[in-house]
Amino acid sequence: MANAYQIIVCGSLVPDPLQTLEPISSPSGPALKNELMLPAALDPWAGHALYEAANLAKKIPGTQVWLVSLGPKAKLQQLMMNIAQKAAFTFVPVEGNAGGFMSATDSASALVKAIEGIEGLDKERMLLFGGWESASRGAGSTLQLIGDALGIQDQFMGVDEIKIQEDGSFTVLERVEGACHQESLCAGGPAVLGWATGNLPEPTNNPQVGMVNMRSIMPALQKAAKADVGLDGVEYVSVSLPKQLRDTRIVKDMPVDEIAREIVEWIKK
Amino acid sequence: MEKILLLGFSDQASLKLLPEGATVAASLAASLECSWEVALVGKGVQEAANALGSCGAAKFYGVEGDEFAFARYSSDLPAAEALLKASQSTLILVPGSSRANRVLSALAMRLGGRADTHVTRVAVEEGKVLANRWFYRQRMEACFSRSQRPWVISLEPGNVEPQSFNAATVSVEMVSVALPDDAKRTKVLGLKYPAGTAQTIRPDAQLLFVAGAGWTKKQPDGELHVPEAEKTILDFLEKTQSSLGSTKSLVDQTGGGDAVLSFMTHLNQIGQTGSTPRHAKGLATCCHGEEPHVVGWRFITERRAVNIDANCGWARGKTDVLYVADAFAVMKKVNELLSE
Repeated sequence: MANAYQIIVCGSLVPDPLQTLEPISSPSGPALKNELMLPAALDPWAGHALYEAANLAKKIPGTQVWLVSLGPKAKLQQLMMNIAQKAAFTFVPVEGNAGGFMSATDSASALVKAIEGIEGLDKERMLLFGGWESASRGAGSTLQLIGDALGIQDQFMGVDEIKIQEDGSFTVLERVEGACHQESLCAGGPAVLGWATGNLPEPTNNPQVGMVNMRSIMPALQKAAKADVGLDGVEYVSVSLPKQLRDTRIVKDMPVDEIAREIVEWIKK
Repeated sequence: MEKILLLGFSDQASLKLLPEGATVAASLAASLECSWEVALVGKGVQEAANALGSCGAAKFYGVEGDEFAFARYSSDLPAAEALLKASQSTLILVPGSSRANRVLSALAMRLGGRADTHVTRVAVEEGKVLANRWFYRQRMEACFSRSQRPWVISLEPGNVEPQSFNAATVSVEMVSVALPDDAKRTKVLGLKYPAGTAQTIRPDAQLLFVAGAGWTKKQPDGELHVPEAEKTILDFLEKTQSSLGSTKSLVDQTGGGDAVLSFMTHLNQIGQTGSTPRHAKGLATCCHGEEPHVVGWRFITERRAVNIDANCGWARGKTDVLYVADAFAVMKKVNELLSE
């Protein structure tokens, strides 16, 4: 199939968004209290990237999807229990620190090694997917650095849509200022697409897909390469929580007219 | 000895990002007692440079041409790289925008430096440059310094009051950048606005109005009132010129086949996987105030919420006032009062 792509999705784990996070100092730099005990989830924007990749693979015969993830091995295994049923992919784990305070440069170089080690990868047909930012570091750096290290000239960030054309070129919608998208036409792979939310709902669990995925996930985890991810020249002076709690005034049993008047006065103040 | 460069894109002039960046650069240069320069990429570089004419920069550089008029990684990156090499600065301040953030990390890496994005404050303490930024989606703030140079710092917009600089004609040293053919594989087609929607996102508005999924649920009479909800919300936005935000659950309904507000898109989404806007006030309606949504409210100073659940997330110290009431009735009355 001339237009078939090889899609590499870079996505790691982040603490479950409903968890309360507290920073602590550790010998390797700032970290989260009980970090290894916190329930983890696939980074939300990386999740959208994975679902979009799986959707493209369904539409374009011959398209393959890999999920490349950096994190502690045990946590990656837990993560796979949650997402293996969502989409078909080949898992490429890398064991290392995936904390938000760790270096994007170190993470990127570990992921580049893992991608370059994928057997049979044709870089000309490669689409490198991931979240445009993570829910941990939130810098929007890692994917860009991986793309540049792999020599990819076409990068798109804040992507909400890709439309593949007959000739293998594609149009991309990227979020820009002013609540609109910039539309671009790219000649084809290789390209980097950092996804925002896209337009797809989260796929329902498919046990058959999960069974197939898990067959390759466990052996992959056992032979996961180790990566040394550190602070890379950053010296943290402080890490603190903002003042979380306000003295909420709960207004019950106030007539609607009065509430409306109070809100209008507040707006005009 | 540090040397500072303000690296910008000429289209940032209209967004007031360049004056903000120049304000920070001038202040940092004064603290470090060093000189600073300006480098611009895009269309109308001379005009953008003239607008900053009296800012105190020692020198202006530019890359201009049709190939650099629009935001594209493969042309913006070599342009910025050429400007940094011309200036040889060690601290690069860049007003944060989608265009800038798309290239900065790769730019720093190519020159042996590092980049930090979404920086909210840059200061000098005991001769050391310190930067602040948020981690874990605005859930904790860190202050740090970095040893590598050049250090490229992307400044999050809206954190400083920009000085007003008098315009003056300045001399811009134009740097020539030749793009190879493989840097022209992407063609920017233009801007695309969500089809058939009102302009609901206003970053400069005083007030953020957030609509939650409750607006599209069955009301006490057992019926859906989506057209009425749309009218009430649009009336309010029109009267107050506020900006419209949404919860994830409401925008996700678009893909789930449920009743939807026709003007709501993922661009309106606030929170963990949405935006973190900056407004003086925020009013949440029919929204439960769960943590993944409320992290997007980090920079909303005064907060109020209207919800029928007195035990919702907002009640747990996340808003200043929670009105336990029916948002349909309250907002309809608010609109009436605003019309008077």
